[in-house]
Amino acid sequence: MSGGVDSSVVAGLLKEAGHEVVGATLQLYDHGAAVAKKGACCAGQDIHDARSVADALDIPHYVLDREARFRSAVIEDFADSYARGETPIPCIRCNQTVKFHDLVELARDLGCEALATGHYARRVEGANGPELHRAADPARDQSYFLALTTPDQLGFARFPLGDMPDKAAVRAVADRLGLKVAQKPDSQDICFVPSGHYAETVAKLRPATAEPGEIVDAEGQVLGTHRGIGRYTVGQGRGIGIGGGERLYVAAVDAPRRRIVVAPRAALPKDEVVAGEVNWLIPPPAGPIAVQVKLRGREAPRAATVAWDAEGGVMRVRLAEPNVAAPGQACVVYDGDRVLAGGFLRAA
Amino acid sequence: MPAERPRSALYLDANATEPLRPEARAAALAAMDIEGNPSSVHAAGRAARRVLEVSRERLAACFGAAPADLVFTAGGTEANALAVSGLGGGRRVLVGATEHPAVLAAAPGAEILPVLGDGTLDLAALEQALAGPPALVCLMAANNETGVLHPLAEAAALCRAAGALLHVDAVQAAGRLPIAVGDADSLAISGHKLGGPKGAGALLLRSGLALRALVAGGGQERGRRGGTEPLPALAGMAAAAEAARPGEAIRLAALRDALESACLASGARIAGAGAPRLPNTTSLILPGVPAETQVIALDLAGVRVSAGAACSSGKVGRSHVLAAMGLGEDAACAVRVSLPWNAPEDAADRFVAAWSGMRARLSRSAA
Repeated sequence: MSGGVDSSVVAGLLKEAGHEVVGATLQLYDHGAAVAKKGACCAGQDIHDARSVADALDIPHYVLDREARFRSAVIEDFADSYARGETPIPCIRCNQTVKFHDLVELARDLGCEALATGHYARRVEGANGPELHRAADPARDQSYFLALTTPDQLGFARFPLGDMPDKAAVRAVADRLGLKVAQKPDSQDICFVPSGHYAETVAKLRPATAEPGEIVDAEGQVLGTHRGIGRYTVGQGRGIGIGGGERLYVAAVDAPRRRIVVAPRAALPKDEVVAGEVNWLIPPPAGPIAVQVKLRGREAPRAATVAWDAEGGVMRVRLAEPNVAAPGQACVVYDGDRVLAGGFLRAA
Repeated sequence: MPAERPRSALYLDANATEPLRPEARAAALAAMDIEGNPSSVHAAGRAARRVLEVSRERLAACFGAAPADLVFTAGGTEANALAVSGLGGGRRVLVGATEHPAVLAAAPGAEILPVLGDGTLDLAALEQALAGPPALVCLMAANNETGVLHPLAEAAALCRAAGALLHVDAVQAAGRLPIAVGDADSLAISGHKLGGPKGAGALLLRSGLALRALVAGGGQERGRRGGTEPLPALAGMAAAAEAARPGEAIRLAALRDALESACLASGARIAGAGAPRLPNTTSLILPGVPAETQVIALDLAGVRVSAGAACSSGKVGRSHVLAAMGLGEDAACAVRVSLPWNAPEDAADRFVAAWSGMRARLSRSAA
């Protein structure tokens, strides 16, 4: 229970359905420090909202201190990833560790039968066990962020909002249940960087990412200087600062040499991408399969062929249409609405 | 079926707050009907003042102080803060490593006095620390997490010899052990930890010791604590202090010992086991199991215990007390079981049953 409307509605619906519901809220970082307010409580308003929703629903509720775990598993990883020249997705790391690993373990320890969250995705009971599907509302679908959830974790998870037609319907349920958070705005950005200035946060953790370096073209010719690789992600067209001629985009981040490689937009898309740390939600296929893939959160799945390289532990993805791929982002494999696998894009 | 509402919950978190004693409830309710302000000169004010002063006399008598040396506060935290600020002027402040945040936060620049592995004060370290400019020493009579008792008589002798003032945080000891201002210079108590209403406390002073106010306000409490006195809470506190009887300690100690021996036999450890302790308190370590998991599992089973320091967010904090005792990783795996004055006779059996059930499930899910 994040204190937002989605997880609050989940708790309310489950309680209404007669389940014995235990609310849990993760305290992941020092809110007071994140918003840089001296003397501010470590718990933000969201934690207080979650407690008051749980009180209103008359369910037991616990605030779990996961600051240390979140720091090591998510924030440090986020900074390391930027330092390698990647563009990480901390929400997926958080799902893989703090949420669907640790919280599932705690829920089992407490004798719970399932872990329900406010994610927009559908868990469908298939012939060969639970399947992960896209949410009914394509605008809200979060299956991309859940693709690294293991089959065992998926078996224990429940996503009661997956069938909701849209957010308005969720807010209507919150209203009907009398939840105070019914009209609370959606959360934005990465939770531990409330300002949205990722580069600043990363620079504090890994000062090297804020050191200046060269901007070069594909041939290695120096075109200018940049103010730190932490400010760049593959595909980015803003903030390059090189005037005249054709507009240039980030084609690669060369972390060891602190270089940003730029190129015209047309040079960026690739035919083939590779993803590691692969999580299969089906038995890994023996040969190439025709699928759709999503290489970033805000993009519709696009046709591709995926082959599993069991020896290398990577997926090799041939894209029907060339696409820009930023290392560190997730590569999620779909068959229609169903998620088949997920992994993290590697640098070419 | 819902775990939140078991047939009857077992409340074993007395060190967080004691259940209200009937005598305290009656006194508080009676005081609610008093319309006057104790500071008013008219008859209604005098009637209120009478209740205030009778409460003061009764409470002071319980702790060997003169009524004039008792300052009412809004609770134990304020009483401790008042002592630190009101007595500490110009003095170095020395505080025990296992003190309650009420003291630690009131003296942010204080020197920390180490404790031994059993949680008792390191007297040699105190003696060493006392050499130097005049000090104010703050020590708790009994620790809130472990129940461990500091060697107060010895500490007081050292303080006296060195010309230091000694403030004793008696919030947990009051009502559970005989305790008086005695050799100390001040003593803080809390009403609700005695079984009175929340919102009252007191600072008791050595006869005639001057105290500078934290809140001057309208000059109440002889200029030592401003603000209209909360009569119901104060009357309830005095009644609770009188109602606490030595016999309770004997009964609770027997329950506590039964609970401890059953858990020890099943692989638990007790923090501060070798030290003199409060009769009602056990710091029970289940190695390898986070305190948070234990507190939640027991709560869902209807047993109310706590761990570490309570935070306003409700999360289970890490225990600086157990860390100071050198417990290492075990410091994160302890729950505090504190029997209230009205603990049922089957409290130990029921706790052990719930605790064993939790332990069995945890080892199953770990397998």
